[in-house]
Amino acid sequence: MDLLGMDTLDVARWQFGITTVYHFLMVPLTIGLGILVAVMHTMWVRTGKPEWLRMTRFWGRVYLVNFVLGVATGLVQEFQFGLAWSEYSRFVGDVFGSLLAMEALLAFFLESTFLGLWIFGWGRIPKKLHLASLWAAVIGSIVSAYFIIAANSWMQHPVGVVVGEDGRPQQVDFLAVLTNNTALAAFTHAIVAALVVAGALLVGIGLYQLRKRKLAGASTTDVSGGRVDDTVWRRSVRVGGWVSLAAFVLVAVTGDWQGKLMYHQQPLKMSSAEALCETEAPAPFSVFAWAKLGSNECDDVHSYTIPGLLSFLAHGDFSSPVPGIEELQEEYAAVYGETYPDDPSFGERAGEPVDYTPVLAATYWSFRMMIGLGGVSAGVAAYALWATRRGRVPTSRIGVYGSLVAVGAPFAANAAGWVFTEIGRQPFVVYPNPDVPVDEQVWFFTAQAVSPGVTVAEVWTSLISLGLLYGALAVVELAILVRLFRRGVTTGDTTPTPPAVGSTRTDGRSDDDRSDDERADDDVLSFAY
Amino acid sequence: MDLQTLWFAAVAVLWTGFLLLEGFDFGVAALLPVLGRRTADRHLMLRTIGPVWDGNEVWLITAAGAVFAAFPGWYATWLPALYLPFVVVLLGLIVRAVAFEWRHSSHDPRWDATWTRVITGGSLVAAAGVGAALGATTLGLPIDADGTRVGGAFAGLGWSSLLGAAAVLGFSVVHGALFLALKTDGPVRLRARAFALRWSPVAALPLLAWAGLVQLRSGTTVTAVLWLVAALAVVVTWTRVRLDREGQAFAGWATVLLASAATLFGSAHPVVVPSTIDPAFDVTIAQASVSDYTLTVMTWVAAVGLPVVLAYQAWTYWVFRRRLTAEPEHDDSAEPVAA
Repeated sequence: MDLLGMDTLDVARWQFGITTVYHFLMVPLTIGLGILVAVMHTMWVRTGKPEWLRMTRFWGRVYLVNFVLGVATGLVQEFQFGLAWSEYSRFVGDVFGSLLAMEALLAFFLESTFLGLWIFGWGRIPKKLHLASLWAAVIGSIVSAYFIIAANSWMQHPVGVVVGEDGRPQQVDFLAVLTNNTALAAFTHAIVAALVVAGALLVGIGLYQLRKRKLAGASTTDVSGGRVDDTVWRRSVRVGGWVSLAAFVLVAVTGDWQGKLMYHQQPLKMSSAEALCETEAPAPFSVFAWAKLGSNECDDVHSYTIPGLLSFLAHGDFSSPVPGIEELQEEYAAVYGETYPDDPSFGERAGEPVDYTPVLAATYWSFRMMIGLGGVSAGVAAYALWATRRGRVPTSRIGVYGSLVAVGAPFAANAAGWVFTEIGRQPFVVYPNPDVPVDEQVWFFTAQAVSPGVTVAEVWTSLISLGLLYGALAVVELAILVRLFRRGVTTGDTTPTPPAVGSTRTDGRSDDDRSDDERADDDVLSFAY
Repeated sequence: MDLQTLWFAAVAVLWTGFLLLEGFDFGVAALLPVLGRRTADRHLMLRTIGPVWDGNEVWLITAAGAVFAAFPGWYATWLPALYLPFVVVLLGLIVRAVAFEWRHSSHDPRWDATWTRVITGGSLVAAAGVGAALGATTLGLPIDADGTRVGGAFAGLGWSSLLGAAAVLGFSVVHGALFLALKTDGPVRLRARAFALRWSPVAALPLLAWAGLVQLRSGTTVTAVLWLVAALAVVVTWTRVRLDREGQAFAGWATVLLASAATLFGSAHPVVVPSTIDPAFDVTIAQASVSDYTLTVMTWVAAVGLPVVLAYQAWTYWVFRRRLTAEPEHDDSAEPVAA
């Protein structure tokens, strides 16, 4: 089967890319919103104010709808290293697997068990213990992020290992793996980026609801709780705006830290991101570039630049040299080979020339998308804070709907960040660590990582079936969320109660007296299973 | 006991824990159309597993993670050899997980009914798939000297995978019925008890046959005794169900699994993936394992982490220990709320 002329390796790469980027649409929202919902819940427990309870329940529900899709798609991640990338799994087994197992043991159990307690524990366990359950689940998500990023960062920058007798990395320093500077930078970057995502969602939905309520006159006429709901949305916008803005500053700081590490650890990734062909001192930062379509040759790239800025980003001054792609390509070819080894594990690629330059268009544009869309989020957050200052409610269609559309920006920025960091390290799946003498380095080409016994038809089958399922689930998740966002807060101020025997509820009304929306709202957090 | 054997045991415990815990929520899901005659009954059944299914599923992730962590050679041989069955398991688990949560998003009874069917379907597929993968692995896969599958996409599947699938499904449905008998009251409890009474002797057969075959191939005296314990536990379970002793019956049925799994893993040791092509190609724990350093690190992490996990998971079951009852149903369109 030679569909689109792709072999097992190509299809497996597409599968990994698609499933990972998709999974990572859920992840930042889960982490960021989880933290914010835990804060809202804490505020409610501390102050007893109804708006905090309503916020907890509304945003908690959004959190859960999204969380479960993250869990479900995360399963694929755990298994596909073995399914499609068995030779990679064999090669990195001494380090990589243990991080995944620890993630499961120390994070996933915490997350899933305590989230179950939070969902079903309303009114059943003491209030503070119930709050602590949510925090435990949220901390589980954060710990999980740490382990998986430590695993990824080890692929980007392998530390704590020596070359074993079988040529595979052998772990000698577990603490070094855990405290890899690449991991610390990437972890903090990912967590603050997750907060930008959650903040943008609070801002977008909050502005939309505020405007809708103002235009409907709801804030003045609806005495029975309408004011509380206005507070809910206003506070969502304010909290979301400040979180988003502050997190964006931290995203920039941690991103700069990562960038400086990357210039040292993976110079080709950063030079490709800048389409910097020749070594230059001072080196310019490219703002916009175009190339001959389909060409990966540096000479075909034309670029508008800001002088000296790249030197600053790489080294903190405006004059230091930054190596260009052509020089680096030669350096890498000299050390790691002009061609792939003539070895059956490389399949058809054995003996073929190695291109050490990642796909220029992908690295260049994903890098700019990440930064640009992150900037859009910050701009929207600033607008929302300004537009809602001192009790104002913006009614501008462009401003409010623009903010709503811009909810997508930080999601896309996160996705672009991963596309950049993963494509940028090609052709390596485990990138050689430049701090280690060449004869003690470990590295592994992506071309040799794929499962040798798996046929291209099998990978196509899984890619297509997962792709169709993921597409359908995306439609359903969006439909559910849009419905939630449109309907807004529907709850009263009573604490959700555990299931009571009989159909009479604690508020004395029978089910039939209650509206559909009211029931629907109670369902998710007090649970009609 | 050397570290490799210790981790082989740890992996065995994790897989067994997964089957024991997720087994009843697979079973409850599978029995929804059988024992849940009214919407309220089905909601009651789902409520018994609502707080715990996700935590149970993490046992699978941890079990697979531990195989990768301790025996990458096993992980890298096993998964690609059974590529499509594992993908099917994943598809089943994905739809099942989202169905648990997304059911609540609308009050249209058709929406609820659809997602309830998805939970049943996804659980059946996942249970059968995991069983097939385990069955094929313990009884042999067509792998060559490099651990690479010989033959096409379905070369790893055969009667052994059917046996494994039947074993896990059979165990799970009765386990689910006994769990419902223990956790609910009312008609569902009675129906669940009757189901377990009728089906437990039959449902145990594939599991006993599977464990027996592996025992015959490579078992020891100890594993033979364990197999007898499993067989005996089936009889004990049946008599306990007859006497309406639900707790004892549940414990008896759990013993069937624990003893069978001990027979399976005990007999298989030290081979993790037997080759049907040549016994010389068998993958053993020694070939598949990571370095002693990594095993030592993981042993420390597990020694600290696992007891804590077990403690809080047990506590969750304690918090939700109460028997549940269904609400009286008005009619199908006005479904009971907060029930």
